[in-house]
Amino acid sequence: MSDLARQVGLIAHRSLVRTARQPGAWIPPLLFPLMLMAVNSNGLRAATHLPGFPTTSFLGFFLPFSFMQGALFASGIAGVDLARDIDTGFLNRLALTPVRGSALLLGQVGGALGLGTVQGLCYLGVALAAGVHIDAGAGGALLILLLAVTVAAGFGALGLWLALRTGSGEGVQSQFPLLFFLLIISSMNLPRNLIEVSWFRDLATINPVSYMIEAMRSLVIQGWNAQALALGFGFALALLIVSMALSSRQLRYRMTRT
Amino acid sequence: MRSRFEVAIALAYRQNTVLFKNPSLFLPPMLFPLMNFVAFAGGLSRLRHVPGFEFKSGYTAFQFVFVLLQSAAFGGVFAGFGIARDFERGFAKRLLVSAPHRGGIIMGYALAALVRWVMIAVVLTIVALIAHMRVGGDGVDLFGLFALAIIFNQVGLLWAAGIATRIRSVQAGPLMQTPVFMALFLAPVYVPLSLLSGWIAAVARLNPLTFLIESGRGFIDGNPTQVVAAFSIAGCMLVVFAIWARTGLARAERAG
Repeated sequence: MSDLARQVGLIAHRSLVRTARQPGAWIPPLLFPLMLMAVNSNGLRAATHLPGFPTTSFLGFFLPFSFMQGALFASGIAGVDLARDIDTGFLNRLALTPVRGSALLLGQVGGALGLGTVQGLCYLGVALAAGVHIDAGAGGALLILLLAVTVAAGFGALGLWLALRTGSGEGVQSQFPLLFFLLIISSMNLPRNLIEVSWFRDLATINPVSYMIEAMRSLVIQGWNAQALALGFGFALALLIVSMALSSRQLRYRMTRT
Repeated sequence: MRSRFEVAIALAYRQNTVLFKNPSLFLPPMLFPLMNFVAFAGGLSRLRHVPGFEFKSGYTAFQFVFVLLQSAAFGGVFAGFGIARDFERGFAKRLLVSAPHRGGIIMGYALAALVRWVMIAVVLTIVALIAHMRVGGDGVDLFGLFALAIIFNQVGLLWAAGIATRIRSVQAGPLMQTPVFMALFLAPVYVPLSLLSGWIAAVARLNPLTFLIESGRGFIDGNPTQVVAAFSIAGCMLVVFAIWARTGLARAERAG
């Protein structure tokens, strides 16, 4: 095993163990999206009566929201953990060791990946138990999981950048409403063609989160839609790459300062 | 401080000064209702075309009432976080020693919660009017709507104060907000009660907050409905949670 892989493994293991040891950090991200899914999928069921609504199962339509909300929580956890490392001086001590910056970032994202995987399995399991039929079959379910984990990693990396920029857990937390706003201004509740208010529809159209949601949704209600999948994975990977690049740059700056 | 009111006003002044000096405390309670309003009124307005949806003031007004009541409740709950913080940092203990009238302490926190929510309500109403919200009700109806929201704000604060004085830690935050959040979302949020189906329809019919929301929507539509039931329920909740908060404070006092 190369040095980098070993370092990434060690930091990812630390990140996963730390998350697992704080039930307060992982139970709400696991339960809250499920509660919202249960309530909203029933409360909004009447929307399936709208002409042009693409499915008769609002639960199936709404399922991607849980993955996206879980990913937002993952960003908060990854960011707050790194902010705590900065605050407690762990990062400074780490700077004195041969650990590479890239290993630190990849390892920290490992925590978000682990949580994202557990969340994805949980949401998917609950949805299947509740009777959601995935049109794309078992392969589609796996792809939903893969996309959900990629999105969680992307938002996790964004959380790292926020932590490195602000250096405080409170700073990371205070950005949460802004990230949540991205989720709200998307096609999470209705398909874009059924959004009546034009400015909202325009914002949802330029919002990358809409395409991540629509890629997952397409697998549930449409089957295989190459364009939706390409856009969803493309934006998720772009988020991951851009966030990692920003984090890497910010880490160099923070290491220099300390 | 001689009287209960002096205690209340001094404490409310202090709470709001702390609030205004910390944007991280002030902004989230302001932003969340606005975001919800944008998401619900902007993103879901097509729901007014669902067969059987009848609300002549339009979907923006329909959602405004829910978001207004939600902001009222959460304005109270967020103020409850401040009470928990005061206990955690020892300020509340000093307050219990220095205030001759303990009831004034709860009143002070309640007044601070009200001031805080009034600002949110003003901003939310302005945003709704800019978004061309149609108001079918007259002045008396609107007075009814905002009176209901004020009572609900105080109910939210008293509920959170009861938790904060019993647990005396900000870690009680989820316990303060999750039941309120769930109770609100188990009411007819997106469509009228008559259009709900399945288990949520059964739960919403039993949920007392359904009366408040439906009555509020009746006020803004100029078609008041279930007014006596809504105000009776709100009044009962106010009394019950006032006792809950006051006994919590007594328990905190005994705990030292």
